[in-house]
Amino acid sequence: MASPLLDVRGLSVRFPTGSPVIDFGFHIEQGETVAVVGESGSGKSLTALAIMGLLPRRAAATGTIAFRGVDLLALPEKERRAIRGRQVAMVFQEPMTSLNPVMTVGRQIGEVLRRHEGLSSAAARARAIELLDLVRVADPHLRVDDYPHRLSGGMRQRVVIAIAVACRPSLLVADEPTTALDVTIQAQILDLLDRLRRDLAMALILITHDLGIVGQWADRVVVMYAGRKAEEASPHELLAHPVHPYTRGLLAASPRLSAGANYRQGPLEEIPGTIASAAGEPGCPFVPRCDLVQPSCRVAPPPLVELGGGRLVACPIAAVPEAVHAS
Amino acid sequence: MLLETHDLHVRFSTQNGALHAVDGVSLGVGRGESVGLVGESGCGKSTLAKAVLRLLPVAAGRVLFDGQDVGTLSARDLQPLRRRMQIVFQDPFGSLNPRHTVESILTAPLVVHGLGDRQERRRRVEEIVGQVGLSSSALSRYPHEFSGGQRQRIGIARALILKPDLVICDEPVSALDLSIQAQILNLLVGMKRALGLSYLFISHDLSVVRFISDRVLVMYLGRIVESAAGDDLWQAPLHPYTRALMQAVPDPARRRQAPALSGDLPSPENVPPGCRFHPRCPLATEICRRQDPAFRELRPQHAVACHHAEA
Repeated sequence: MASPLLDVRGLSVRFPTGSPVIDFGFHIEQGETVAVVGESGSGKSLTALAIMGLLPRRAAATGTIAFRGVDLLALPEKERRAIRGRQVAMVFQEPMTSLNPVMTVGRQIGEVLRRHEGLSSAAARARAIELLDLVRVADPHLRVDDYPHRLSGGMRQRVVIAIAVACRPSLLVADEPTTALDVTIQAQILDLLDRLRRDLAMALILITHDLGIVGQWADRVVVMYAGRKAEEASPHELLAHPVHPYTRGLLAASPRLSAGANYRQGPLEEIPGTIASAAGEPGCPFVPRCDLVQPSCRVAPPPLVELGGGRLVACPIAAVPEAVHAS
Repeated sequence: MLLETHDLHVRFSTQNGALHAVDGVSLGVGRGESVGLVGESGCGKSTLAKAVLRLLPVAAGRVLFDGQDVGTLSARDLQPLRRRMQIVFQDPFGSLNPRHTVESILTAPLVVHGLGDRQERRRRVEEIVGQVGLSSSALSRYPHEFSGGQRQRIGIARALILKPDLVICDEPVSALDLSIQAQILNLLVGMKRALGLSYLFISHDLSVVRFISDRVLVMYLGRIVESAAGDDLWQAPLHPYTRALMQAVPDPARRRQAPALSGDLPSPENVPPGCRFHPRCPLATEICRRQDPAFRELRPQHAVACHHAEA
């Protein structure tokens, strides 16, 4: 089998104060959508920044991040810069903070093209108009001269996406791209990202906290908890048969619209405590919130158990009945 | 009804003229009832909440609390009503004074309303802290020492320490992680039962609103466009906007399906003529462009503002 487009192995991100990402890994194939799911403090955004080479200076990343077989972590900054924005691009949560407020959207899109592809100003402007059209901004020849504050939140995010795909990257990392948007606009942006993935043959890493988004748009999903991988599966498998106690808890705790939960029928299931409660302990980070705890869980972080069909679970206790079931 | 608004209007003046944030809203919240108010940004739901509490001036219409017209009361007569109407905000950090301890934050409402002596206040503070699931060691600490979920517990304690009748919850779980959101929703349900509270629960999240509400109001550009009790709204929504909102909620059952609604949210500075939803509506016809639809009851306790809705 050919090597994957991106292969992250044993990634740890260390700060002087702690390690928010620990021995984390996943891979993504060309044209695939992989969702990385987690709550705040799970390490999902730092993983994205590590892939982009945008970690803060005081952070140290170890492990390998192989893009087309080349370890990005081993590359000098100059060579990383040539890849970043060109072959691997990123969309952030807050479109207003990723856009320059005193520069027209046309110039901001054009800047990427001038820098990476050496286009002239006129050619870059023409391409910017095409790109605005590609991300479905109405009247692109007018919008190209607008400043970001003139645009709605949804339109701004479309501009950010236009900048990200300007050089036709083969990998797009989208970190909570719709969290700041209204639900009807969110649906449009997710649909746009999926179209671009298909039309530009681009792989998409979708970082989100929303399990509904995972189910609707991802080919594969990786659940992160306290810097580690808790579970990996197809969205259908994960949502229908979650194995890790954290994933099960998360699903039970979400009042899903389609399930029609109402308080009169009883309370929501709760995951007790918070994600921070296991900081500094040697064992499984989920121990303080878990109802399956065995003495071994407190000794060392649990290994990833394979359940077949590419399914991985970092919980030998929960995996046992599943493994029996699978054989 | 504990709370009623009649044809309530709130306007702001902007560079481009008057902005009609709340444009004729009539609603009611019964005693012990939990009413959900759902809508997207700019629909006026938070403005409505502030106008009800008289934190914003009302341009026209009336707010009745327990039969008393809030708008005509003097500041002195308003004070006892204020004790009975409280609010929980979205961002617990932004609404808690960082330089005050939890004890002083929770004591302040009692002092403002002149309730109890020192000892009695201390007792009330300890009681409410326990009820919202914090330990009494929290009292001497400052807001920044708490997680988001715990801070929201403090915000809830502050609202409930006055033993109000009505609590307006303005996106109280929107800033919280999923596993914490369930804890806070369960706490709100528990407190409602324990204290016999009524809620006006504002949220953009339909799943949360469905969970917490006995009745739901859907708001679009300053207006209530649909209102229904119980499951009727979710099982048989009448307004095309409500249907579009429901379809926009990410759902594994709609794998890679295109969105139901195109176009941006119109600005409340620029409300379309006729039915305000018509530029985005898949059902729009000539009448929708010309005539503002009346809000009419099509099924028992289920009303809608749409020319094309049928029972």
